[in-house]
Amino acid sequence: MEKYINNYVIVAIFIVIGILLPVVALTVGRLLRPNKPNDEKKTTYESGNEPVGEGQVRFNVRYYLFALMFVVFDVETVFLYPWAVAYKQLGLFVLAEMAIFTGLLLIGLLYAWKKKVLKWNSI
Amino acid sequence: MGAWLDETLTWGHALLFFLWGVILLLVVLGFVTYAIFFERKVIGWMQYRIGPNRVGPWGLLQSVADITKLLIKEDTIPRKADRALFILAPALAYVPAFAVLAVIPYTQKLYFADINVGLLYYVALSGISTIAIILGGWSSNNKYALLGGMRSAAQMISYEVPLVISVVGVVMLSGSLNLRSIADQQGDWFWQWNFLPQIIGFVVFIIAAVSELNRTPFDLPEAESELVAGYHVEYSGFRFAFFMLTEYVYVYAIAALTTVLFLGGWHAPFPFLDWVPGIIWFLLKFTSIVFFLFWIRATLPRIRIDQLMGLGWKVLLPVAILNVFLTAVYMELFVK
Repeated sequence: MEKYINNYVIVAIFIVIGILLPVVALTVGRLLRPNKPNDEKKTTYESGNEPVGEGQVRFNVRYYLFALMFVVFDVETVFLYPWAVAYKQLGLFVLAEMAIFTGLLLIGLLYAWKKKVLKWNSI
Repeated sequence: MGAWLDETLTWGHALLFFLWGVILLLVVLGFVTYAIFFERKVIGWMQYRIGPNRVGPWGLLQSVADITKLLIKEDTIPRKADRALFILAPALAYVPAFAVLAVIPYTQKLYFADINVGLLYYVALSGISTIAIILGGWSSNNKYALLGGMRSAAQMISYEVPLVISVVGVVMLSGSLNLRSIADQQGDWFWQWNFLPQIIGFVVFIIAAVSELNRTPFDLPEAESELVAGYHVEYSGFRFAFFMLTEYVYVYAIAALTTVLFLGGWHAPFPFLDWVPGIIWFLLKFTSIVFFLFWIRATLPRIRIDQLMGLGWKVLLPVAILNVFLTAVYMELFVK
């Protein structure tokens, strides 16, 4: 039990160190770096031209479709991992079950493929 | 490290763990500094150039000078940017990159956290950096940054799926998600390491890993020639440095993870070489993977975005799933 807690203490310590480095480095940087802001410096970069319109432009809906596909297959991995860990103890039966589960998802992938979701046609 | 893990937690122990963490942080920062230097040197040699050679002997202090310069550069935040998110993004990208290093074992004795869901922890945390990249791109309020961030996120989530499925075969063979026992269970001869029994998974893992790292040939998010620099166009000074740092810390993490999962960790390639300390073998394998990453950067051109998405979803994902079932059938026939 002690070992179990200690391991997660280390994980927490790593996260704390990870947060501390940017905080410390940026605070030290603030003391070292010059700060002379003016209006030209603070404009948005657009290859040297005056920025046209909003910066947060509309973007391709395809990104959203990829995100949806990602959610589906990432959930699949959530099921695959415990299955894989326990596979040595389990028999042919679970292999068949996983084949059915993955098969269903692959049909979904095939459907997306045929619907040309995976085809990229602009930016 | 192992002995302290078994004892009851006291403040003294916590301080000790903290100091070890700081030591690892310094090692990683040293790695990043010299990885950048060697990357420039190696690519220079491959292109018949000398590479950096002015600052310090053989140019050894070049990266140190670069980092110092970034530290004393003025930090500009555009007027239109979403200030809070803009400041948060680089830190949010960096924290998971360092936190994943907690579960990586270096030798039988030298490891940090020995948690049973080590691999899952790695996969889960490394996904958070994607959010930071979207945040950075979105909060800059810049068209290039937004497109770069979106591309980057699309690429990273597309390749994360084959990446995590390709290691399922390894998990099945060793029956554990604990990185220490995965490394430990690989045999004494080099052909017993996971990369040969799991050759399909290994190839998919390497391709997907290079893509996750946003490195050439998959460096579209940063495509200098089309998107200027992608999601970090507006970042300057040390905030920019944190995005670069994240990238190289992930190089460290992926190289270490590949060593542990597929290349036998600290095992010697032949049993009669066992007298060489494990850490030497670990470092040798680790360095060759890092060199491999630099090497392909010097030799391969960037691929197009339609090819990129097609490769991820139409080739790597089916192959990775096929590998899971091939491994399952193999285990049914030969292992049980």
